[in-house]
Amino acid sequence: MNNEDIKTLKNNSFKVWAVFATSIGLVMLGILLVKIGMDGMHRISMQFFTSLPSRRAEEAGIFTAWVGTLWIMGTTALIAIPVGIGAGIYLEEYSKKGWWSSFLEINISNLAGVPSIIYGLLGLEVFVRLLHMGESILAGSFTLALLILPIVIVSTRESIKAVPKTLREASYALGASKWQTVWMQVLPAAAGGVMTGIILALSRAIGETAPLIVVGALTYVPFTPKSVFDSFTVLPIQIFNWVSRPQAEFLVNAAAGIIVLVAITIVMNGSAVLLRNRWQKNVKW
Amino acid sequence: METIRIEKKMKTNTEKQHEIVSAEFMPDENFSTKRKVMNKIETKNVHCWYGDFHVLRDVTIAIEPNTVTALIGPSGCGKSTYLRAFNRMNDLIDGFKLEGDVLIDGKNIYDKQMHVNELRKNVGMVFQKPNPFPKSIYENVAYGLRVNGINDKKVIDETVERSLKQAALWNEVKDNLHKNALGLSGGQQQRLCIARAIAIQPSVILMDEATSALDPISTGKIEDLIAELKKDYTIMIVTHNMQQAVRVSDKTAFFFLGDMVEYNNTKEIFNNPQQEHTRNYVGGRFG
Amino acid sequence: MNTKEKIIEWLLFACAALCVLTTLGIIAVLAIQSVQFFSEVPLKDFLTDTQWTPLFADKHFGILPLLSGTFLTTIIAITIALPIGLTTAIYLSEYASKTFRSTVKPVLEILAAIPTVVYGYFALTVVTPFLQIFFPSLSGFNAISPGIVMGLMIVPLISSLSEDALYAVPKSLREGAYALGSSKLQTAFRVLIPAASSGIIVSIILAVSRALGETMIVAIAAGQQPRLTLDPRVPIETVTTYIVQVSGGDVPHGSLEYKTIFSAGLSLFVITLILNNISFFVKKKYREQYE
Repeated sequence: MNNEDIKTLKNNSFKVWAVFATSIGLVMLGILLVKIGMDGMHRISMQFFTSLPSRRAEEAGIFTAWVGTLWIMGTTALIAIPVGIGAGIYLEEYSKKGWWSSFLEINISNLAGVPSIIYGLLGLEVFVRLLHMGESILAGSFTLALLILPIVIVSTRESIKAVPKTLREASYALGASKWQTVWMQVLPAAAGGVMTGIILALSRAIGETAPLIVVGALTYVPFTPKSVFDSFTVLPIQIFNWVSRPQAEFLVNAAAGIIVLVAITIVMNGSAVLLRNRWQKNVKW
Repeated sequence: METIRIEKKMKTNTEKQHEIVSAEFMPDENFSTKRKVMNKIETKNVHCWYGDFHVLRDVTIAIEPNTVTALIGPSGCGKSTYLRAFNRMNDLIDGFKLEGDVLIDGKNIYDKQMHVNELRKNVGMVFQKPNPFPKSIYENVAYGLRVNGINDKKVIDETVERSLKQAALWNEVKDNLHKNALGLSGGQQQRLCIARAIAIQPSVILMDEATSALDPISTGKIEDLIAELKKDYTIMIVTHNMQQAVRVSDKTAFFFLGDMVEYNNTKEIFNNPQQEHTRNYVGGRFG
Repeated sequence: MNTKEKIIEWLLFACAALCVLTTLGIIAVLAIQSVQFFSEVPLKDFLTDTQWTPLFADKHFGILPLLSGTFLTTIIAITIALPIGLTTAIYLSEYASKTFRSTVKPVLEILAAIPTVVYGYFALTVVTPFLQIFFPSLSGFNAISPGIVMGLMIVPLISSLSEDALYAVPKSLREGAYALGSSKLQTAFRVLIPAASSGIIVSIILAVSRALGETMIVAIAAGQQPRLTLDPRVPIETVTTYIVQVSGGDVPHGSLEYKTIFSAGLSLFVITLILNNISFFVKKKYREQYE
């Protein structure tokens, strides 16, 4: 074998390994989907969605869990979306370059890397105890909102940054104020990217379990919440609870719950990807 | 050829001077009261800096109402900075500083009491690259009214039609007013930008190389438009195209490396320049 | 009009300032509780004791077993994720067709988006039984299985950031290498990876930081037995699992046990904060290089 043959051989064996490496994640995803499908699909029924948790696995359902998830997501979105977009606008359009803006930047980058469970500790001390929200939906939502804030801010900034300067100039030249320019031109032009970021952030929040356990989301809630001051459980916590039980029947429930959770995640991420692609195609400055 | 065209334009210009008075009484109930007759603009000893970089030195020019003034000069000579001093667009750039007086109708527009948004309503601008908003044609023209608090649909409808007519675009778009403006051709987009600028009835229009991104036919249409608009507005253009300066402007100012070298009747600048630098530039010896 | 603009600017500023408040809040909460904790437990014991048994009668407060559990699962995860992630990045940026890339990337992103509680279930019910076929002595809760699953989960983190870094390497460098007769593989490993090294390092640091803070996978599949060991086959406990364990139970507020979750949290926070800052500055530096 001469040098060139060895080169080709190496190259080809790398390609084989590379295809394996690229696909192993996908293979795992495939196995995962098949596994939960096999374990839990037969458990999916109307009764599963409308039943309260129960000590008997075959009677238990995810009613309180998905209602709780809806409450938590709604409240989290109400808090995180305006604040996140506001902060993104401030950083991109208002703050002047200087120590303050670089401080904010490093700060947000750090927050994005803080483990989610640490946010749970923050929420436990600040929202649950200091602000007397108790172990309520409100406390959980504030905690999750802070957790996803960096995602919303970063995606808002990136989309605003992509809006061409000429658009702002045109608006200013017509006598529009800064806020009019931002609100009527920049933000609508950036809307696709901002929306994508929000969906991804909320999809992240839907699956979060650890911080909500820390702020005291319950594993057994026999009623659905009536207001944001009520205690709650959410889908991933219900799943965690079932997975942690020794009896195998509860694993079936866990698998069925996982099917619902994974379906929500895939739908949300899929729509974010579609939205992003569509938006990128539509924008032609 | 060139000279013939100049003479033709000059003639129409003088004709139009006589029409100014009647132009002020255009049948427009909503805006006629707001319009001011005088739009004399001038700068006195204006200096500009970007950070430490001194981009304009001691520029003093007085511009008569209802004329077209061309600012010419090689790239980086400060002509765009000078143009943008009149609607304070430079303020958007970090580190920009201006000294001296920029007067519109005798008022210094850099005064503390001057609202920059009010100023920009009075001084319209058209940019190098057409930059319509990614909205409908109608909304593009209506935007200037909306940000000024005018929401009466009848007024907006009328203004949109009048502005598009003045910008010689009405016939091409009147059936598609609610289509996205980004679907128009480059020349149409630029005329839309002109319509957008005149919708709020400014007294001055600034054009920053407004035809440099356009084909010759669109350029011709916009040049005709400039001649037409002169009746109602004081116009200042920046251009790299010297033939264009000759064709459309009454006065020309030549800038070189931050200095305003020469300001005179366009005819004089091109036929009988007083300064060495001007002579070299209009003679095409550098550029 | 001007007042309205001013008010809006202040509101927007308040939104941004909330991020600073969040950081300060995290630091304050962790610090206050930890100070109280360390007034009862000497720092020396916390850092050197080899047992962590705050919930038992014979209380020991050595963080080392929790840290060893955390590092063990992280090392396993990175050992899996680094070669796979980097290879994926090279393959996607240098070999794969455009259509392949645009299909695979979103699917990989979904891999990173699936809730971790799902991966915990997967590790516990699929990976552990599978590994037990080959290693019968493997216990039902162990470090290896959640470590592997976590590794696969963070592959997209490494692959997408590294791919961006590889993509940013100027084309001229590639052409230079090919012109000298090097193969795609040689170009990738000898030219592109060194040139993109800072971006790749950033991706690895972020992946490590993510693995250290990961909670649900280890809480479900690694067990709840703090143990100072590097044996991947036995049950262990990570810092995060401990916090979940205590939060789920009935530990009274203000007790020493309650404070332990904050001192454990502080250890985790400090480590991830250092890693995040390193990556931030490396990233800043290599951006400057290219811009």
